[in-house]
Order: sequence, then C-alpha cells, then structure tokens
Amino acid sequence: MSEAQEPTVPPVRFDDPADVPEVRWRVTAAMFYGNKAAVLGIAVLAAILLVGLFGPLLLQADPFAIVGAPLTAPGELRPLGTDYLGRDVLAGMIHGTRPTLIVALSATAFTVVIGLSVGAVAGFYGGRIDNLLMRITEFFQVLPPLVFAMVIVAIMGAHFMTVIIAIGVTTWTNLARLTRAEFLKIKEREFVLADRAIGVRDSRLILRVLLPNALPPLIIAVTLQTGLTIIYEAALSFLGLTDPDIMTWGKMIGLSRDFFFDAWWSVTFPGLAILLTTLCIALIGDGLNDAFNPRLRGR
Amino acid sequence: MSAEPLVRVENLNVHFQMPRPHLLAPRPVLHAVDGVSFEIARGRVLGLVGESGCGKTTSGLALLRLVAATGGRVLFDGTDILALDAEAMRGMRRHMQVIFQDPYSSLNPRQTAGDIVRAPLDTQGVGSAAERAARVDELFALVGLRSNQKALYPHQFSGGQRQRICIARALALTPDFIVCDEPVSALDVAIQAQILNLLCKLQDELNLTYLFISHDLAVVQHICDEIAVMYLGSIVEKADNAALFENPRHPYTRALLSAVPSRRTPASATRIRLEGDIPNPIERPDGCRFHTRCPHAQARCRTEAPALTEDRPGHWVACHFSNELDAAADD
Repeated sequence: MSEAQEPTVPPVRFDDPADVPEVRWRVTAAMFYGNKAAVLGIAVLAAILLVGLFGPLLLQADPFAIVGAPLTAPGELRPLGTDYLGRDVLAGMIHGTRPTLIVALSATAFTVVIGLSVGAVAGFYGGRIDNLLMRITEFFQVLPPLVFAMVIVAIMGAHFMTVIIAIGVTTWTNLARLTRAEFLKIKEREFVLADRAIGVRDSRLILRVLLPNALPPLIIAVTLQTGLTIIYEAALSFLGLTDPDIMTWGKMIGLSRDFFFDAWWSVTFPGLAILLTTLCIALIGDGLNDAFNPRLRGR
Repeated sequence: MSAEPLVRVENLNVHFQMPRPHLLAPRPVLHAVDGVSFEIARGRVLGLVGESGCGKTTSGLALLRLVAATGGRVLFDGTDILALDAEAMRGMRRHMQVIFQDPYSSLNPRQTAGDIVRAPLDTQGVGSAAERAARVDELFALVGLRSNQKALYPHQFSGGQRQRICIARALALTPDFIVCDEPVSALDVAIQAQILNLLCKLQDELNLTYLFISHDLAVVQHICDEIAVMYLGSIVEKADNAALFENPRHPYTRALLSAVPSRRTPASATRIRLEGDIPNPIERPDGCRFHTRCPHAQARCRTEAPALTEDRPGHWVACHFSNELDAAADD
C-alpha cells in the first residue's frame, strides 16, 4: 500500500516500469522508429528542410536571373534546364524550398487551429452553438475558396503573410466538419459519460479525452491539407496574387504551366518536390497515428 | 429502515424535445421518464426493472445529472442536486458514481487501466501523488485485479476484467451511492456471477447504496432489497424483493414474472403472453399506459390513469383493479 513496501514486492518483469510516463513516451518513440515508412518520411523531409535552410547559402544564384536561352533542356550547365524566360529551374527549386514550406506549414497550422476549435466546440456542445457554428461554416463553404482567398489578398495586398492568412481562413471548413462529426460520434460513448460522472471539466474532456480519440482521421485530413495548401499557393501565384519577389514551387508550376509540352522539366521538377513533401508528411502522420494508438502496441 | 433516505427522487421527469416533423408543427415530446418517485435508504439496494426503452437507464443517469432532468427533485442526503450549480455538483460527484452496462465502451481506449482508476482522484484532487498511487493499488486489490496490470490498456483485458476496472473507478472516491446500469448484462453468464458476487461483497463491506438497473429478474432477485418495475417511463409497482416475487400485483409484473424460467414454477404454470410492442413514448396511450397490452383492461383503464398507491404496507401498485385481480389469482 505504501511505497515503503516497494522493495519487498517481488520484481514483476512485465510492465510496472512502463507505468512511468517517461517510459511510456519511450514506447511510443520506439513504435514510431520501428515504422520504416515513417522514418523514411522523416529522413527525406529533414533533407528537404536542410535544402530550405542552407541551399540558398550554397547556391547563391538569383532565382529570378535570366541565365540562358529560354526552355533549355536539362544538361551539364543547367542540371534541371531553364524555364520560358531562361531562368534556372534548379536555383528556383532551391530558393523556393523555404518559402514553400513556410507557407504550407503555417497556413496548415492556421487551418488546423480554426478547424479543430470550431469543429470541437460545435460537436461537443451541440444545440444552438452547433447550429450557429455550422451555419458560419457553411457560409465559408459555399464561397469558392480560391475566389475568397483572391478577394482577401486583393484587399490586404500581396504580402507573404496575407497569403498564409488567406489560405488559412478559406480552407478550414472541411477539417471543422470532420472534427465535429468525430466529436458527435465519440461523445456518445460511455467513457465520456463516465468522465463526466467523476467531474471532469468540459475543457479537459475536449482536449484530453475526445481529441485524442478523434485523431486518426484528423491526422490524415491534416496531411492532405498540407499538400492542398501548396497547391493553393500555386494557384494564387499563377494569378499574380502572391509576393512577386519570392519564388515558390507553386509559382514555378503556375507560371510554366503553358510550356509543359515544350519543356516538361520546368513543371515536373517542382511538381515532384511538392509530391515528395506531401508524401513525407503523410508517412510521418501515419507513423505518429500508429505510435499513439495503444491497440498496436505491445507484442 | 432509517428515517431519512440517502436518495429520494420526487416526481422525476425527463422529456426530450424531438425535431418538428414539419415547419409549423409543434415539437413532439418524448416522455422518457415521467413522474418517477422512489427513495433508497442508506445501505440498501433498489432494483429498477423493465423492458428495453422503458426509461430505467435514463432515470439512473438523470439522478446523477448525466442527462438533464426536465422536472422533479433528487434529494441526496437532503440536498436537491438538480438545483446545484455546476461547481457544487462537481464536488457532489464524489458521493455518487455509476457503473455502465458495456465495459467495452465505458473505458477510454487511450488510457491505461491505472490511469483510468486514478482519474477520479486526480479530477477531484484527492491526496498527494503518492497517496493516489497507493489508493490505486488498494482499489486494484479490492476488485481482484493484479497491480502489475495497471500499465495495460483496456483492449488487453477480458470483459469481466474490464468491468472490474469500471468498478474500481466507481469506488475510487469512496462514494456512498452507486448507480449500477445493467452492470452484468453484457457479460458471459459465468462472469456475471463473479461480478455480481463482487458487487454484493463490496456493498456489504463498504455499506454502499445501489440503484441496480436491470432487465434480468433473476439478477435483481439475487441482489436487491426492494424492486421497482417501470413501464413506459413510469413506475407501475414497487415492493420488497420477497413481496414482489411472491405476490406480484400489477398485471405487467405478473406477465414479467411468468416469463422467467424458474425451478419454483411448475412447467405446467401458465405463461401470460403480452400482445404487441411497447407503445411509442412520443404518442403514449391515454389513461393507464399499459392498457393497450393488458389482458384485464377495461373501459376505465382507457381514460383514467391509475396513481401509484401504497395499498398494502410497503407495496405500491398503479392499477385500478389490483385488488380484484388478487382475488382472481387466489382462486
């Protein structure tokens, strides 16, 4: 009963040490690192992040400089060729990494915060609050996100931050609806009622009980959202509504779109970079999801 | 019985507003619990029995304020808990707990058994961290689990073990009163007996008071001191265990009891077959709620609802003709 007796308890080499939270984290980490796909995702994403951080220092070329003939095929001098204005595709990709990742991650974070909060509150409280929040969500849903984002950027000016805000404000609705649906489903389960019966407060119920149980579909939605954000940025770039002095992968694709059949390299390489980044995030998300799921643990 | 009951429910109502069938229609009202009153003395067990959907679970949840009651009073040790504000109710929850029917959905799959049992102590801020850990070990021992099972997750336990975790959680705050909402009906028969015996033993040792909700009359007969029979949101008969089983007075109770296979009833005993289904709780029949299925229904039953009256000491029944039926049964 008291800890003083602890040494006399026969050593049970089963799981008592795992009762210590710190060790439980180690179990989760071990699960994650045991997942080869997730580790690969981390490795590749880390490489992309390194390129974003240090690439511009190593390759100090101006991505907007015209360095050769337009639409030069990849060759010795220009490994990834040049685009329709004769700008180096490789320089564009390296210099575009950092802004692309910043836009993708911060706009997604923005979306997640709005979407999860709205969905969680609507699903948890139901009734009038739910009604009100869902009508607001529908209002945002019926506006085409791209057009709405255009309006925001047009009003607030084409700055880097504006683009992040515009994408975040217009794309949170799907996540809100998904969160709400999960919360509606989970709040009916008896363990939520049992937690109410012991007096758990609403805020804790939402954050520590319902949210962890709602995570699996949300993680997948968030990883898809990250890819979508990059595409939105590309669309805004294509329309000339992003900061003209900053190169991003999306902008490269958007501007070179019409030259795909003449110069596949000017579109394909940035496209592959987006694909790879999204794939890595999806793999990591999947790995985290499995690592936090106690059902997949042990044995 | 002591003078002041631990739990006293007066005219409890739980009515749900249903969505309008069309824009101009009034909202239909579902009368899940309608005018339920009972009291439970400290250390006693009241059984609440009835068909699925008769409102017994809703009654149990409403008196813990896990479902919002729309009327009535629930006096717990003299305090009307339906009138308490949220913070006072949080404190009150130490004294009243619940055990649910389905041990597969009443445990959070993302918490370990140890965390689940410790959660009530954490939530209510009982003792120091070391005292809580010690209490969890004590509770595990009390319900027959090994303390090295604390780090396991719910899916690693069997149904009976899971129900033991639920019981340990309910006992953590040393409550006086526990609502047992069909605690054994989701379990195998062999496990049912173990869990029932555990509940009996705990009730005895800790002087607990139970509201024991069940549809299984054999289980109720085994564990309860008093029994209330519910039909369509209301109590139709309430009596001591022995009185109810030996001398049921409401036609519905008679029908229920005649359906129980038992060693005592000879095989030749006639079974009372009820026709039809339980009526819709939104459009309930007028008069006696049971008249649509009652084999003895008469004109008066269709218009006038019988009150629950104590026409013999300790034996309450809501039927216009219970005395006549008694006479007929004795023949």
